[in-house]
Amino acid sequence: MLDQALTDFPPRRRERLAATKNALKRILRDPLGAIGLTLVVLAVVSAVFAGVLTNYDPNRISPMVRFAPASLQHLLGTDHLGRDLFARMLFGGRIALSVAVGATAGSLIMGMVLGLIAGYGPRWLDNILLLIFDGAKSFPTVMLALTLVTLSGPSLLAVVFVVVLVSVPGYARIIRTQTLVMRSAEHVIAARSMGASTGRILRVHILPNIVGPILILASMDVPSVVAIEAGLSFLGLGVRPPTASWGTILNDGFSNIRDSYWILIAGGLPIVLTTLGFTFLGETLRDVFDVRLRERS
Amino acid sequence: MSAEPLLSVSDVRVRFPSGSSLTSLAGKPRGIEAVSGVSFTLGRGETFALVGESGSGKTTLARTLNGLQAVATGSIRFDGQHLVGLSEAQMKPVRGRMPMMFQDPVGSLSPRLSVRLLLAEPFVIHGLSKRDLNAEVARLLALVGLPRDLADRYPHQLSGGQARRVGVARAIALDPVLVLADEPTAGLDVSVQGEVLNLLNDLRDRMGLSILIITHNLHVVRQIADRMAVMYLGRFVEQGETGAMFRAPHHPYTAALLSANPEPDPDKIHNRIVLPAEVPSLVARPSGCEFHTRCPCAQPLCASDVPPPVTIGASRLTCHFPLSVEAPAASASA
Amino acid sequence: MTLLSVKDLSVAFHTEGGRLEALKRVNLTVPANRIVGVVGESGCGKSTLINAILGLLADSGEVTSGEILFEGDKDLTRLGSDQMRALRGQKIATVFQDPMGALNPVLSVGRQMRDIQYRSGLSRQQKNERSIDMLRKVRIPDPERRLVQFPHEFSGGMKQRIAIAMALMMEPALLIADEPTTALDATLEVATIELLKDLQRDIGCSVLFISHHLGVIAELCNEMVVMYAGEVVERGTTHEIFHNARHPYTRKLLACDPARLSRREPRLPTIAGTLPDLRNRPQGCIFQPRCELADEVCRMAPPDAAFEGSHVARCWHAEATMAGVSP
Repeated sequence: MLDQALTDFPPRRRERLAATKNALKRILRDPLGAIGLTLVVLAVVSAVFAGVLTNYDPNRISPMVRFAPASLQHLLGTDHLGRDLFARMLFGGRIALSVAVGATAGSLIMGMVLGLIAGYGPRWLDNILLLIFDGAKSFPTVMLALTLVTLSGPSLLAVVFVVVLVSVPGYARIIRTQTLVMRSAEHVIAARSMGASTGRILRVHILPNIVGPILILASMDVPSVVAIEAGLSFLGLGVRPPTASWGTILNDGFSNIRDSYWILIAGGLPIVLTTLGFTFLGETLRDVFDVRLRERS
Repeated sequence: MSAEPLLSVSDVRVRFPSGSSLTSLAGKPRGIEAVSGVSFTLGRGETFALVGESGSGKTTLARTLNGLQAVATGSIRFDGQHLVGLSEAQMKPVRGRMPMMFQDPVGSLSPRLSVRLLLAEPFVIHGLSKRDLNAEVARLLALVGLPRDLADRYPHQLSGGQARRVGVARAIALDPVLVLADEPTAGLDVSVQGEVLNLLNDLRDRMGLSILIITHNLHVVRQIADRMAVMYLGRFVEQGETGAMFRAPHHPYTAALLSANPEPDPDKIHNRIVLPAEVPSLVARPSGCEFHTRCPCAQPLCASDVPPPVTIGASRLTCHFPLSVEAPAASASA
Repeated sequence: MTLLSVKDLSVAFHTEGGRLEALKRVNLTVPANRIVGVVGESGCGKSTLINAILGLLADSGEVTSGEILFEGDKDLTRLGSDQMRALRGQKIATVFQDPMGALNPVLSVGRQMRDIQYRSGLSRQQKNERSIDMLRKVRIPDPERRLVQFPHEFSGGMKQRIAIAMALMMEPALLIADEPTTALDATLEVATIELLKDLQRDIGCSVLFISHHLGVIAELCNEMVVMYAGEVVERGTTHEIFHNARHPYTRKLLACDPARLSRREPRLPTIAGTLPDLRNRPQGCIFQPRCELADEVCRMAPPDAAFEGSHVARCWHAEATMAGVSP
């Protein structure tokens, strides 16, 4: 409640808006940033409005039009069951992005909480948490994924779980180091001397100062999550057929690569574009917001 | 007014852990004593200065009073309340009445908060957010002589002097009775330094504040402190009235410290007492009088026996051979 | 003989808010074998001056006019970066506020002191001997043993003395010292001043000593320059300026130092007003907006001529301030 008093007081929306506009301008000035932002917006819009952008049901089987090449009826053609590939691509994007965003956000939040606890909490707790982080990090991602999916059966949740498990330690370690530096910063000691609670110090005085770089790092991690989801689905360890996913589309295309190459394009192209988009955007964000880099240029 | 002083500190010791747990298993004493048996009192409306070389424990002592540092032994009584052993929650109201000012004027302000939020923070922390915070912020800015539109700036957009004023405003937000000011003029230009000290003086006169000021600028001490204490290796070697101590220091260390003060007069002939060697480490404190390794008047007795406390006039000191008023350089018997 | 002479030097920076004139027509000379102090508050252009002399201005800054003559004929503003590099460390040495800027934390002090002598052509043994000599000169006890130690094994005061030893190792003609005692305790500060004085006498170099601490300047320097908002407002011998300051700013600055107050004052003196915006300099005298003596004539650029020996006060009322407003 007290916190609300501080955040509500007073809303300085106009300045925030100006800052956002300014940042956006700087991102767009960089050609790489402009491309990245366009691709990301494209990916998000096509996933969100998948139902509007196509009339086809991505899972409806039409034996009459199997392996149809691209045409005005089927923008990207159809697959071995006659399903419209354009629709499958759009709905596959929904899966890819929700896994990417969900898993990244989840691991970011968990990493932040654990990192703050490790960095600000007592020494023994820090040591235990570090041991756990290092333990979790020492598993090879794919092996871990295979093991977990074999145990739990293939599902979207399993994919998200694997991603979170793999990326939490990385975030947590960075947050922990930054927190360690911050806890002896003079403004934090000043807040303590005024009687601020631990929660308040972490929320108001530490987190806002360390969260920026981590967010940029996370946006650069999105592509690898997209790739993990597609990879696991390709192997049949992710979403279950017939649900459309870029990975399953790729798999379908892979089996029929000799006579209908377009299936591969429907699965591969969005992966490439999304990955590139997020990477470019992340790099530009880093250049724009990292003060040290800015001063060097 | 009651006869009891606002703050009375008696025989306070603060220890820092040092060395690995292995050395402590080996039976060696664990930790170093950063503050070692300090006692003093501070009256209402009084300004008390702590001076000493860096590492002498001044900042640690101030942080201990505020509860940022745990006390090993000893007692601290503030406004009729014992502070040692209080929990964080019990300490909270005390901190509102005994705020601290920190060395780095800009660094002690949270970088992502605007001046408005920084000034509102004491009220929010102490559950007073029902007050009209905008009005409080305006009041505080006016009190420390800053323009109102500064409220929407961020710390990195402030000059050193402005940031220092924000620090002062934050400290006096909750009508404190005692301000702990750690190097309030460090990093400020001389012209701005005067402004900040005048501000503190004004507030003291107007609000009846007591001030504990830590500084290495002895000219500042002479200008604003009523009483002062000289710290060496975590102990008070001498404390007394500022004027008297500047006129006639009794401890050789005080005398050396006061003489080592660059004066803006190129023609002045200095009678400096030059201290040899470096400050000893807290890990290996010298025997007897801890100052004997650097003392220009040390005798064999000083290396073997711990000096007893002596009172000369209003000064209290620990020295076997205090300097007399008549012959500042020669040693006299106690 | 004049070792360094800065003539009409102006430096401008290109910032987002426009062109910022950090230095404007700065004149000063450093005679051979003298210690010259530069004093001024933050924002007065001390650091820009040093960087301009060392050829280390940031990319956004440029020398817009004037010259910096070193040893009579070399104009440092026109020297190529290779020639400049050859001067730095050999002929012109520097000491900064933080000694760790000069010391590499992962190399032993002895190794670093040997490395500086790479042009001397001496053997390793001879280099070590010179290093030990130098450490003894800066009063590091037991220098033979200390040579193999690393910077973190020394106290703050010792590190600064080692930085001074390294700066003077190659017996430079000019030592630029930028607030070298500011981070030290008063006792160490005094010791460092004495040390610098002795070393300067031994080596016979000139020192350009930058500080905001009037007491330190008074004790160490023969001559001094007072800077305000990127301009030199007064220069002369230390004696002239501390006893007979003519520029209103200098007089106010001296008055602000609590060390000058013989008794306790209820209110410490301050300088009213704030620094002018260097992107938009006031017309005429730079101090005019804060000066009580300002009148019509102050809208013209103040004179830059000595009225008494070497003593220059850039003020139209320099003669009047004697009898005029009390400091």
